[in-house]
Amino acid sequence: MAIGRILVANRGEIALRVIRTCERLGIETVLAASKADLGSLPARRATRTLCIGPAQAAQSYLSAPTIVQAALGSGCDAIHPGYGFLSERAELARLCETEGVIFIGPTSGQIEAVGDKLRARTEALAAGVPVVPGGPAATRAEAVQLGREMGAPLLVKAVGGGGGRGMKRVDDLAHLEEVLELASAEAAAAFGDDRVYLERFVGRGRHVELQVLGDGAGRVIHLGERDCSVQRRYQKLIEETPAPELPESLRDELREAGARFAEHLAYRGAGTVEFLVDVDRNKFYFLEMNARIQVEHPVTEEVCGIDLVEQQIAIASGQGLTLSQADVRLNGAAIECRINAEDPSRDFAPSPGVVRQAVWPGGEGIRVDTHIGSGSMVPPFYDSLMAKIIAHGSTRAEALARLRQALDDTRIVGVATNLAFHRRVLADPEFAAGGVDTAYLARLAARDPALLEA
Amino acid sequence: MSLSREDLEQVMKLFEQSSFSELKLETGDLKLHLRKAGASSAAVAAPVAHEPVVLAPPVPAASALPPLDAGETDVLSPLLGVFYRAPKPGEPPFVEVGQAVEETTIIGIVEVMKLMNSARAGVKGTVVAIHVPNGEMVEYEQPLIRVRAAG
Repeated sequence: MAIGRILVANRGEIALRVIRTCERLGIETVLAASKADLGSLPARRATRTLCIGPAQAAQSYLSAPTIVQAALGSGCDAIHPGYGFLSERAELARLCETEGVIFIGPTSGQIEAVGDKLRARTEALAAGVPVVPGGPAATRAEAVQLGREMGAPLLVKAVGGGGGRGMKRVDDLAHLEEVLELASAEAAAAFGDDRVYLERFVGRGRHVELQVLGDGAGRVIHLGERDCSVQRRYQKLIEETPAPELPESLRDELREAGARFAEHLAYRGAGTVEFLVDVDRNKFYFLEMNARIQVEHPVTEEVCGIDLVEQQIAIASGQGLTLSQADVRLNGAAIECRINAEDPSRDFAPSPGVVRQAVWPGGEGIRVDTHIGSGSMVPPFYDSLMAKIIAHGSTRAEALARLRQALDDTRIVGVATNLAFHRRVLADPEFAAGGVDTAYLARLAARDPALLEA
Repeated sequence: MSLSREDLEQVMKLFEQSSFSELKLETGDLKLHLRKAGASSAAVAAPVAHEPVVLAPPVPAASALPPLDAGETDVLSPLLGVFYRAPKPGEPPFVEVGQAVEETTIIGIVEVMKLMNSARAGVKGTVVAIHVPNGEMVEYEQPLIRVRAAG
């Protein structure tokens, strides 16, 4: 079914990003915006904007019935959920399925299959994809037994957690039982699910993820991997493709494994299969699958020249995959910095307010995905992402040089940002060499204490 | 050159009387697009920021209401949903123009995916206008009816 009008159920840069592709494809957009976002750039750019509720996300962006009602009432054929908010809630996908609205994403069943970490792990094993050694800890005795087999250090993780939340490290097995008890109680309080599982602790790990597209009937292609190892408290800050300094055999195996996982699910739409690369053991393990467009998708688009949102729409409208694996040519390298409105002098606390002046960079190989211009508001109710600055080059060195220049050309007045932080990281020889692990930022901060206060 | 409200009304009147079916006018930061639909005419005026504004076929939700007189209040929709003036099809509306309401008087229902939410007046007074027809989708905080406060 051809899609003529899409409800964009998101805000910020991704809402504008989706609207842009729709404009190019001649598709009308209806933006579902909270009261706090009615004056935003996406609200001004959409064909029509509906006020769906108050600033509080629970009563606006997180209300699935309201979103579907807005789509039905404004004659939309489809809903694009963006990332975050309702994008990976099976509730919205299911409601779309029963109401006959196209959900631009996977099926509700697929969201459920990958949303539950234990189930995703089982699916990975069934697909022959390596997982981090470990397993469920249903009973105390079972957990202790498993912990002995695995050896310390290990991690106790909440089934409902993610992004670094609901996770505890055990260095001495003597403490395993008490940590299990604590983790389980905390998980119940934080996620409404007290199930925990054990996982091998990887000393030096890299976060490498594979971008896939699936037609929903079992055919899957991949668009290369992204390295997102530059993280602060599990928040990704810099992402790039291809993953630098990765052994070629490991890269090939990882790409194959990620595609195999998505094939096993007969995955529909754009998705990302996340892996932990164990640097010391030269192995990779499946972590989880993100059943949505990712924040960092532009680096992939820059090297392959494919508009992922366009592909999402094509798949959702029933055209299937219009590309074969042979059509995907990965050209050069791309690096992205996430520019957040946060204050380094206050431990990177969000720094909402009015942006008095915003000057974004341009030039060859530079792309800026943002919803912020001079006079824009960064409301205090949502995440603090202001922009993604992406540099593409024929080599990583060229992309890096362009990105450094782009950051120097950027000027934000009115709110505090992490721009200076990014400049310091990009100037660091270890980052420039490539292939850093997830503990890199903490190491850099120890070497350069001013980094986290810049 | 800028156009005043009177100028705009004059332009719209002339357009309405003309034999043309569509008019596009751009001057300074104003962009006016008028189109006649059948016998009646619809007018949409939109200020232009940096980017061209695409005029949508979907009905703009917040069509301009007359300004509030002293003592008048618009009752706003508590949710986005479908507005119903009566408890059930065929039954008389909750309120009509001229009717007295209390703060707690139900003035309509806003349906969100089969979940019915009552909208209350929130003010004591007399209904002076009904802004939204039965069965139309309303946005969050869209004016539903107008009440002149008692006393």
